[in-house]
Amino acid sequence: MKRVFPILVALTAGLLAYAFYEAMWVAPTERTMGDVQRIFYYHVPSAWTAFILFFVNLVASVAYLIRRNPKADALAAVSAEVGVVFCTVVLVTGPIWARPVWGIWWTWDIRLTTTLVLWLIYVSYLVLRRFSDSAQTPKLAAVLAIFGALDVPLVYFSIWFFRTQHPQPVIGGGGSIDPRMLHVLLINWLAFSCLAFVLCWARYHVEQLNRQYEESLALESLMADSVSTSHRRQGGANPDRAKKAAS
Amino acid sequence: MISVREITLASLAKDIRLEWRSKDAVNSMLFFSLLVVVIFSFSFDPNAEESRQIAGGLIWIAFLFAAVVALNQTWARELRNQVLDAYRVSPAPANALFLAKALGNFILVSLLECLMAPLFIVFYNLRALGPAWQLLPVALLGTWALVVNGTFFAAMSLRTRSREIMLPLLLFPISIPAVQSMVEATRIILAGDGSARFWIVLLLTYDMVFTTACLALFETVLQAE
Amino acid sequence: MNSVKFLYAAYIATWVIHGAYFTTLVRRYLRLRRQIKG
Repeated sequence: MKRVFPILVALTAGLLAYAFYEAMWVAPTERTMGDVQRIFYYHVPSAWTAFILFFVNLVASVAYLIRRNPKADALAAVSAEVGVVFCTVVLVTGPIWARPVWGIWWTWDIRLTTTLVLWLIYVSYLVLRRFSDSAQTPKLAAVLAIFGALDVPLVYFSIWFFRTQHPQPVIGGGGSIDPRMLHVLLINWLAFSCLAFVLCWARYHVEQLNRQYEESLALESLMADSVSTSHRRQGGANPDRAKKAAS
Repeated sequence: MISVREITLASLAKDIRLEWRSKDAVNSMLFFSLLVVVIFSFSFDPNAEESRQIAGGLIWIAFLFAAVVALNQTWARELRNQVLDAYRVSPAPANALFLAKALGNFILVSLLECLMAPLFIVFYNLRALGPAWQLLPVALLGTWALVVNGTFFAAMSLRTRSREIMLPLLLFPISIPAVQSMVEATRIILAGDGSARFWIVLLLTYDMVFTTACLALFETVLQAE
Repeated sequence: MNSVKFLYAAYIATWVIHGAYFTTLVRRYLRLRRQIKG
């Protein structure tokens, strides 16, 4: 398992470089927007990846509530974090694209606004995970993820209706897409999905390491309390296991 | 066998009695609400036409802040007297406790709103151009939307660090569709600008979805402590 | 054309964000290793 990781990283880097090349030079220039439109090849795949990651978080959270498997909780934590990273990219590239093309930084565009609310919900999720003590974190976080999931359709509807009352520009355009552009879009999506996978894998490994370490600390202090100082046991198998895992 | 309804009512009666006897918390919240209205009035001094457009937003933001202050109070007492532990081991269903807390908060926040609303009407010379009676369902549904999730997240925040900031941090993002509905509905009713029906229905949907979610998941949150 | 600057800005911003996250990951990992060994 450990040997596969560097290969995957190299593959991902190569794919990202190739996708970048395609986005900058191979994809045809858009008629009305010009070269700025190429932001599209970073903005949209990041959005799709972020939504997939948040969906993974939802599934992992529900799985945790049903089975109380700590691995499900670790996956939930990891996918939320990487999801927020990709979501941040969407929210930054969106306005950067909007400004030269439509002359405004922001508009209550339905997809951008839904992304903003999702970002807010998941940042609050990450804050909850950080601020609650580790015994209760998994359950509370899982409940919050479910609340977030219930909220998103309501957000979508409310913005949709708001826009029918207050017409606003649409960022990102709609309608059909040139097949050559679609090809470049999908290549970039594949590349970013691999990046997301790599980041999640790495983060998951760090998370597992951290949990093992904390468990071993807890166990050590427990054992130190329960034996007298003159009869110190040689035990403490867990710290050794953590050391082995780190090397 | 005691029913959920009886437990809820008993719990609610206890909370109201305690609030009535202490009066500190309620009085300070009333004064806070008054201050919020006055500060808003100093900051935003629109003419009559403008005020009908923005009053909805101002009023509901003011209510939101007052609600957060109220919500932060209500679990603190339980925590102080270790009442939560007693609830956890009792055979009473967890959502009876939740319902009682939520109803208590609802009554408290509604009280604050009844004070703040007339002040807003006075300071902004508000007059509804649309059907004013519709403001009542908007107020009821909107307040419940804030209170039901607020009570739930206050319980979740109980043993977290920075408990008081944790509540608004969790509540505000989730409340966005509800707040938008309340504000738009109020604006439409005040300005007489079309029908607020969609927003009222959306508020109702929001309330039903999240009341169900809170009742279903409160047990999990209570046991997580 | 001025708008091409926005294109570069968007791409650079994307990699700055990913790079920053990657850096925090690496630092967290190294700190953990130090704590475990120490």
